[in-house]
Amino acid sequence: MASDTAAGAPKSAPAAPKSRRSVTGTRRTVAALFLLPALLLLGALVVYPIGYSVIRSFYDQSGDGFAGVDNYRALFTDDGIRTALRNNVVWVVFAPTVATALGLIFAVLTERVRWGTAFKLVVFMPMAISMLAAGIIFRLVYDQDPDKGVANAVWVGVHDTFAQSSAFPKAHPGRESPLEPAGGGAFITRGTVSAGDTVTLPLVGVAPDVMPDDAEPAAAPKPEGDRITGTAWQDFTRGKGVGTLNEVDASELGYPGMRIEAVKDGAVVETATAGGDGTFSLSSKADGAHLRLPASNFAAPYNGLDWLGPSLVTPAVIGSYIWMWAGFAMVLIAAGLAGMPRELLEAARVDGANEWQVFRRVTVPLLAPVLAVVTVTLMINVLKVFDLVFIIAPGSSQDDANVLALELYRKGFSEDQPGIASAIAVLLLLLVIPVMWFNVRRLRREVRR
Amino acid sequence: MSLTKAGAPAAPAVRTGQPLGSRLSQWVSGGLVRVFLIVVGLFWLVPTVGLLLASLRSPRDVAADGWWTVFTEPSQLTVGAYETLLKNDDITGSLLNTVYITVPATVLVVVIGSLAGYAFAWMEFPGRDWWFLAVVGLLVVPVQVALIPIAELFGNLGIFGSLTGVVLFHVGFGLPFAVFLLRNFFAEIPRELLEAARLDGAGELRLFVRVVMPLAGPAIAALGIFQFLWVWNDMLVALIFTDSGSQPITVALQTQVRQFGNNIDVLAPGAFISMVVPLVVFFAFQRQFVSGVMAGAVK
Repeated sequence: MASDTAAGAPKSAPAAPKSRRSVTGTRRTVAALFLLPALLLLGALVVYPIGYSVIRSFYDQSGDGFAGVDNYRALFTDDGIRTALRNNVVWVVFAPTVATALGLIFAVLTERVRWGTAFKLVVFMPMAISMLAAGIIFRLVYDQDPDKGVANAVWVGVHDTFAQSSAFPKAHPGRESPLEPAGGGAFITRGTVSAGDTVTLPLVGVAPDVMPDDAEPAAAPKPEGDRITGTAWQDFTRGKGVGTLNEVDASELGYPGMRIEAVKDGAVVETATAGGDGTFSLSSKADGAHLRLPASNFAAPYNGLDWLGPSLVTPAVIGSYIWMWAGFAMVLIAAGLAGMPRELLEAARVDGANEWQVFRRVTVPLLAPVLAVVTVTLMINVLKVFDLVFIIAPGSSQDDANVLALELYRKGFSEDQPGIASAIAVLLLLLVIPVMWFNVRRLRREVRR
Repeated sequence: MSLTKAGAPAAPAVRTGQPLGSRLSQWVSGGLVRVFLIVVGLFWLVPTVGLLLASLRSPRDVAADGWWTVFTEPSQLTVGAYETLLKNDDITGSLLNTVYITVPATVLVVVIGSLAGYAFAWMEFPGRDWWFLAVVGLLVVPVQVALIPIAELFGNLGIFGSLTGVVLFHVGFGLPFAVFLLRNFFAEIPRELLEAARLDGAGELRLFVRVVMPLAGPAIAALGIFQFLWVWNDMLVALIFTDSGSQPITVALQTQVRQFGNNIDVLAPGAFISMVVPLVVFFAFQRQFVSGVMAGAVK
């Protein structure tokens, strides 16, 4: 900076001459010419609309009659707007904080790996693409079908690892079967079994390509003393469709893993699981019991979460927003980290602080101003979120995902209620005024230098 | 580091003196950090890669199973969807519209913003700083506030639905940031440089064009890239102010989203075509983009 700026110390600023005096002694007309295009456009396209919206918000939908605060009352009575308001609160509370927290974690951790720059590039990249493209990307991610949407593919994978999934969702008794439906999807033998019996439990309906890999050719049950033995298998020979009904034929496959319960007077007295060839064996405790194939054998496969359904759609869209904006937080925080006095961190480490303590007691407090700027910036940004909701939320759940900016668009441009839309616009403006004031105040000090 | 400079000569011993246990735990935690970052990196990459691979499969394959199938059946990959899409006049036309909107909106913001930024930095007129603060106050005004009034205004002017209207809107809302960024940059130019030029007899305009603008390269690059991406990626403004003849690619694709599920062969490649330019710009000018984003942290 010029030397006279350095001389004009902040304290004596009011008395000191302005440092950026024109070097040419410009005439005011020249200054006006330089400013004219910008001020004209700003006046017509930004300032005028603010005034217009404020006035318009007090008039009725046709714009002819004065409506007082009716439009503002609608903000709290209209269902669509109330949902939007509620969702906006969720957005403003969660999206900026989670994005900032992730940005902080990423910024701190990337400093410790050599490929930190590559990582940052990957996380920052979504900033460069449109919300429309991000919306399409996440529409696919959140696809309900686990065979298409990666979110449900992963979720179902995790779920099935912990909860046994059923292998025979469509299996059911065939003609003249000894089994009958027992309610709730289970099947039960018509008659009871006695010790030493052999039982056949023939079922049909499992397509050959979804038979479990460990299915082996079914074996007919062999008596085992007073134990009760049996076979649960696919009683259907493919192609010819022949074989003998309710008897184990050579090319038929067992139902490995089929669970069998012996039920006496409504209580389960014994259980068994079929082997690869479909055979199972129950102790004599099952004497006199009915054999039941519990519904868990036939439960439809778990299909994952309905990400874009009414209850999850807002968190899901917030997730896509965080995907886009965590990189922004990360880059700003990383810049803050780079400017941090390293000796403070080292001093804390030398004093015996562990990494967590250094992070918690030194790094975060020093970064507080940056974190505040990032969070506030994201909050303003989140207030205006439109594209992501508009694109990701399907028509069926768009009402549940509603936000103010979307509701404004709907009211103003598809429902022909410009009065209410203007009231929403004024509300949005009021919400950013504190930040406007903060910006101006911060800059006023700088400008006066 | 001042600590080592001021301290004892044996300063580098900070790390080597640590006991084995703590070094071991550092090594383990270093491994954990790596694993964590790799997992997160995958989290960030997978959605985009998924759409990219989906765009490279035939509609039949897309309907049948997930994009990850291509890892086991790479023969599924095809650019058929792109070929079809680039023969679609709606798409190519809207892509051109995106260019017609973005380029003037960027150039105008840079030019008009520079003029005003320079005036705020180096000219004298009454209330200069107040005018500037007023412009800064406009930084955070949400575009939503202007949609209805400007739609009416453009309707009256007869430019609703035209490229001119969208460009004007983007210029208006790009200006506060442009003026803010450039004025702050210009204010840092050493006074001596300007005075020297002045002594050589340069007038205000000459000073601006020959001295100030050539120095402003970095700021203009940051602003230009920021504005370029902003306008290129916009959907909301164009959704309202363009018609079917002037709509950019974002709006053209948006109309397709309603039938999501059976037109992924249009949406996926379309999204990628719309992303190509921003991504190239992003990778080519990362540093400028980052500095633009940082300067605009309050927009």
